[in-house]
Amino acid sequence: MSLKDMNKEKLVTGDWDYAGMDSQIGGVVLDPARHMEAKVPPFLAKFMPESVRSPWWVMFGIGFVFVNVLLLSITILVLTGIGVWGNNQPAGWGFDIINFVWWIGIGHAGTLISAVLLLLRQQWRNSINRFAEAMTIFAVMCAGMYPLLHTGRPWVAYWLMPYPNVLGLWPQFRSPLVWDVFAVTTYMTVSILFWYVGLVPDLATLRDRATNKFARVAYGMAALGWNGGSRAWHRYNHASIMLAGLSTPLVLSVHSIVSFDFAMSIVPGWNTTIFPPYFVAGAVFAGFAMVIALAIPIRKWYRLEDFITMKHFDWMAKVMLATGLIVAYGYAMEVFYAWYSGQPAELALLYNRGNLANTPYSWAFYALILFNIAIPAFLWSPKVRQNLKALFWISMSISVGMWFERYVIIPLSLTRDYLPSSYGYYTPTIVDFGMFAGTIGFFIFMMFLFIRYLPMINIFEMKELWHHMSHHDHKEHETVGGGKH
Amino acid sequence: MSSPWYPDARPYGVVGSFLTPEDLLRATQRASDAGYRKMEAYSPIPVEGITQAMKWDDNLLGWITFFGGLAGACTGVLLEVWTSTQAYAHNVGGKPLISWPMFFPVLYECTILFAAFGATFGMFALNGLPKPHQPIFNAASFARASQDRFILCIEAEDPNYEEKAVVQFLEGLGAQDIESVMTTEGY
Repeated sequence: MSLKDMNKEKLVTGDWDYAGMDSQIGGVVLDPARHMEAKVPPFLAKFMPESVRSPWWVMFGIGFVFVNVLLLSITILVLTGIGVWGNNQPAGWGFDIINFVWWIGIGHAGTLISAVLLLLRQQWRNSINRFAEAMTIFAVMCAGMYPLLHTGRPWVAYWLMPYPNVLGLWPQFRSPLVWDVFAVTTYMTVSILFWYVGLVPDLATLRDRATNKFARVAYGMAALGWNGGSRAWHRYNHASIMLAGLSTPLVLSVHSIVSFDFAMSIVPGWNTTIFPPYFVAGAVFAGFAMVIALAIPIRKWYRLEDFITMKHFDWMAKVMLATGLIVAYGYAMEVFYAWYSGQPAELALLYNRGNLANTPYSWAFYALILFNIAIPAFLWSPKVRQNLKALFWISMSISVGMWFERYVIIPLSLTRDYLPSSYGYYTPTIVDFGMFAGTIGFFIFMMFLFIRYLPMINIFEMKELWHHMSHHDHKEHETVGGGKH
Repeated sequence: MSSPWYPDARPYGVVGSFLTPEDLLRATQRASDAGYRKMEAYSPIPVEGITQAMKWDDNLLGWITFFGGLAGACTGVLLEVWTSTQAYAHNVGGKPLISWPMFFPVLYECTILFAAFGATFGMFALNGLPKPHQPIFNAASFARASQDRFILCIEAEDPNYEEKAVVQFLEGLGAQDIESVMTTEGY
């Protein structure tokens, strides 16, 4: 499809009516047969019994296996102690913080799509916001596990919260780590509230459509008795706008505060003012990459091409391109700061990043440049943005690249600070890798449970969008989402 | 009208359904012009302008959210100031006990958290939720109000309510599936 044709394309293609949308989107939840429609590759099909031969079962199975890897890793960790991780002096932070920051960042696209784009009246968000929000919640769950387990005694993790106790202890509110506790718990809570508020009308639709009694009762309870009355909608719209208005500064503050964990210290490479904005941009970058990587297969498996159109992918790719450039600017500024500061420790860090020959971590820095800057540069081409395979692999590259970004920031700075006597090297262990693979599995597991039991596209917003667009048919210039093309 | 099984059943109202939001809006406007006040429109999507047609408005939720945020900010400040000056007054790196720039992030997050509680739970409370069953659910056509029908209900509490007249009125508006709804619930 040429670029010109695409800009004329609507955000909902095909011939739909209200009931058709209900059965196409809501049917994924209410009709188990919908999960069996898509085919699995023949090499896998050979090993699978007929009753589970579908991509949903494959992904659910992969997720389930790795959830068990996660449980095993956590069990080893809790029974033995933090020593089973590779963290040790001087690298007190390792995979735990790398993965924490990585997961939190992935979560941010969900909030960006649901809140920021709602405030900006970007209607193309409607078909992707629900599962991006779900992604946020599961990514924050994955992120939260790391600091909790890194406390070493997760069963007393409530000590992080302020509460009157017999020890007479209170949190130290000047510490960025305490800010992090507040930021991440607030983020988790508000994300769940926003997601649930968005779900309520769709749960009512499912309640009214379900033929199975158990489903009707379960969705009925979850819908809280939503009746779709005009007064209810009036307040509902108010609440959505206000939650969006609250989530927007929240999402910016969360990753800023996460970056304060680093920027507030004096460790070389960390103590820079560019950290908050470039962490936030990096979060959006990684988050959109994950949304695209999930949307491409799911759209195909569940035949949602009419709701998640090529235009959506084009725009998401452009958001990635823009945030990727901000991130690239951040890397350039880090180099500039190090040079401009003239401090030996900062300059040494620059040397350690850039010199491939004599330094242990520079490969990671170049991997970061490759995955995060060089490969995403292909997104400049409209043809690449329209090629789903290319888009999928570029998204994967960005996910890997953003992981390397944190890898470059954390162990490198910690093992190369002011005292050469405390130089060291960070080597992750098998338990570190087990936890990492395990959280990825947990994420997949939760995402596919979500797809099975809750509508992955916001039904009522799609109906609203469709209604809105069918009334602007005659005005050709109105591409919903604002602006002329 | 009472039934042998539900001797306490009372009329709740008369419902009629429409196919499009525009028809619903027009019907609501006409009902309002005809002097009906106690009515409610049920729709699968929010219909723009319908609360104006009913001459109803409510901006309480904004205030609930605002005061939620204010309560959050106060909680954050009081928590930080009280713990660091009274409960656990420690000199940390020579910083003043009330180091307000450092106290900002927690107070900020508390503000957002409490405001979000206000917006969410305020919305549910004002809408009378959770209430898993409501009299309007007794209408046979109601299940489609969350799918593809736009339903107007003129309620029995309206001072001008007279069942036959309301049925005729809705027929005149072109409503389908007109029925009178009974309820045993106190409302």
